[in-house]
Amino acid sequence: MELKHMALTGMLLMSAPVTAPAVAQAQKFITVASTTSTENSGLFKHLLPIFEKKTGIAVRVIAQGTGQALDTARRGDADVVFVHAKEAEEKFIGEGHGVKRFPVMYNDFVLVGPKSDPAKIGGGKDIAKALKKVRSAAAPFVSRGDKSGTHMAELRLWKVAGIDIGGADKGPWYRAVGQGMGASLNTASSMNGYILTDRATWISFKNRGDLAVLVEGDQRLFNQYGVILVNPEKHKHVKRDLGQAFVDWIVSAEGQKAVASYRIGSDRLFFPNANDKGA
Amino acid sequence: MLPLVLDQVSFTVNGKTIIDRISIEIGTGPRTVILGPNGAGKSVLMRLCHGLLRPTSGSIVWRGENGGRRRQAMVFQRPVMLRRSARANVVYGMKLAGVPPRERELRASDVLDAVGLADVAERPARVLSGGEQQRLALARAWALGPEVLFLDEPTANLDPAATRDVETLVGQIRASGTKIVMTTHNLGQAKRLGDEILFLTQGRLVERTPVERFFTKPASVEADAFIRGELPWS
Amino acid sequence: MIEIGQAFGAAATLIAARDPELVGIVLLSLRVSLTAVVFASILGLPLGAAIAVGRFPGRRALIVVLNSLMGLPPVVVGLLVYLLLSRAGPLGQFGMLFTPAAMVVAQTILILPIVAALSRQAIEDAWQEYREQLRSLGAGPLTAAATLLWDTRFSLVTIVLAGFGRAAAEVGAVIIVGGNIDGVTRVMTTAIALETSKGDLPLAMGLGILLLSLVLALNAAAYWVKEAAQRRYG
Repeated sequence: MELKHMALTGMLLMSAPVTAPAVAQAQKFITVASTTSTENSGLFKHLLPIFEKKTGIAVRVIAQGTGQALDTARRGDADVVFVHAKEAEEKFIGEGHGVKRFPVMYNDFVLVGPKSDPAKIGGGKDIAKALKKVRSAAAPFVSRGDKSGTHMAELRLWKVAGIDIGGADKGPWYRAVGQGMGASLNTASSMNGYILTDRATWISFKNRGDLAVLVEGDQRLFNQYGVILVNPEKHKHVKRDLGQAFVDWIVSAEGQKAVASYRIGSDRLFFPNANDKGA
Repeated sequence: MLPLVLDQVSFTVNGKTIIDRISIEIGTGPRTVILGPNGAGKSVLMRLCHGLLRPTSGSIVWRGENGGRRRQAMVFQRPVMLRRSARANVVYGMKLAGVPPRERELRASDVLDAVGLADVAERPARVLSGGEQQRLALARAWALGPEVLFLDEPTANLDPAATRDVETLVGQIRASGTKIVMTTHNLGQAKRLGDEILFLTQGRLVERTPVERFFTKPASVEADAFIRGELPWS
Repeated sequence: MIEIGQAFGAAATLIAARDPELVGIVLLSLRVSLTAVVFASILGLPLGAAIAVGRFPGRRALIVVLNSLMGLPPVVVGLLVYLLLSRAGPLGQFGMLFTPAAMVVAQTILILPIVAALSRQAIEDAWQEYREQLRSLGAGPLTAAATLLWDTRFSLVTIVLAGFGRAAAEVGAVIIVGGNIDGVTRVMTTAIALETSKGDLPLAMGLGILLLSLVLALNAAAYWVKEAAQRRYG
């Protein structure tokens, strides 16, 4: 009787219907470890239905920083990685975790900052010069600090500018927040700091406050995305055929056209360049 | 299973002696009332007999047949009612005692009838009045058909009318063949319900005397003082 | 302050629109957290009762550990479950990472200590009151535990709801083990985190208000049922 009562209480307590979670859907799917910029900008919402309609393969996107996305794949928890840090991607392949890297598209980074612009960098095109000015003004600068693609690009640009951001030039003006792009932008917006962001996230970002784009158009700000099938020989669960189908499609003429056609308002966010083998 | 034999039973808590070397045999027959001033160890002695406490030294043995402690029951000063109907409270006790399901229901109806709670049998036990709850506690104990029933100050929290009901019921339970062992503060009640008195002070059994003689000619000085001290408030 | 006003507007718009995507997110939230609370209750309530009633070596230490685990950081639980369920982990072969099942596992671990520790407390309080009566009726530890679980049911409802509130409100664990996959593992809290990262603070806050309203509605319903039942059963 007690047990019956207990069971009964249990059910009363959960007055809402409780069903076992849908663990595996019958549908074919792959898991893609990608970056917040591609997810947050809405690109995947545009691309994936087209791909799914054509192939019947659903794509589950885990949006993380590039470093974390590659780590997820290193553990065998994704079938495909779709990220933007060429060096890290090549290292990933060198370790044997990925099969082959294909360039897919690029967008660009922009340096945004407060309209008051204490470092006086607005309107310039030279990113190295702009960063030097930020450094000498010791104006607040927010860094992702999370090993993401954007963070790695930022570190590369400091180096180009001849600034030792990890050492001598580090200071309280340089704030590494260890967060995603959006959270970092929120921080920059609230403290009126400078920040490097990919354009896609910037365009779809709503909490801009007093921030505006100050430096753009420098070749060195290009942000190249690559796609890699996780190596099925290293990770047995990887869905080789389904994953390869996604890689093949995104670099195909049709996939490239789909990338090119994504816009927010009149802004085009990503530029396909799968044919540029050096990208 | 009676008689119950206590041999040199002591009970200490943190070095304080509550029960001090009591030896006694409690048999069928007379209704036994344990009397004594506050802190004499009356309730503890009863709990030792019932098996809720283990003696620190000495032994407590049921000498009769099937010497277990199943065929005994106890009613407390504050009965604990389970959060279910009055009837379910009675049935619960019988279920733990291993009474077959069909018989539980029959006996439950009988005892609830006998204690005058048939009308409220399906009401939640915890919303009954104090007097009703104590009668329900008696019914729950009675339904077990105990050979011995221990009652620890069963009317201490009740008004006179409810006290009378309980005393009447104790008489009926006794008439059905159950040995009664009780503690009380109420000397009038001790006279009405007791056949023999066990008198305790400071954990020691001072005397064991038939009830009339206890109140007229107690054997010990302590009992004499107790009766004279207590009588005006009884 | 304008933004908070906008948030209520956004919440109203969300509810009015009944966007199927949002409905899916809400339903998944409820499904995951309710399933977790069911599992945590099935394990945690008997565990709490066992610790309340049982006497075994290490009991005090276990209580302290359990009480501390109530403050488990969700992100730590998330990480633990992630490492267990990852393909490179010991349970990787089941492919559970980034599924609702993984989220249920994480939330169950997160709230199990809450349900067990709080129910232990409630049941132990009741045990103080019931102990002598139940032992007198012959209840062993198992029976006593089961009886107490049933008799403290009204308090346990509140405890289970506290567990549900914690599960429904946490983001740290589910975002790690679920991956916040659109249409598969996106729940209300991860959606809020996502909208925050997109800088759409009013929408994020609107989702937050919606989440809070759901938890509030559930608690209000449970409170009302509990009060009504308590009045009835005393």
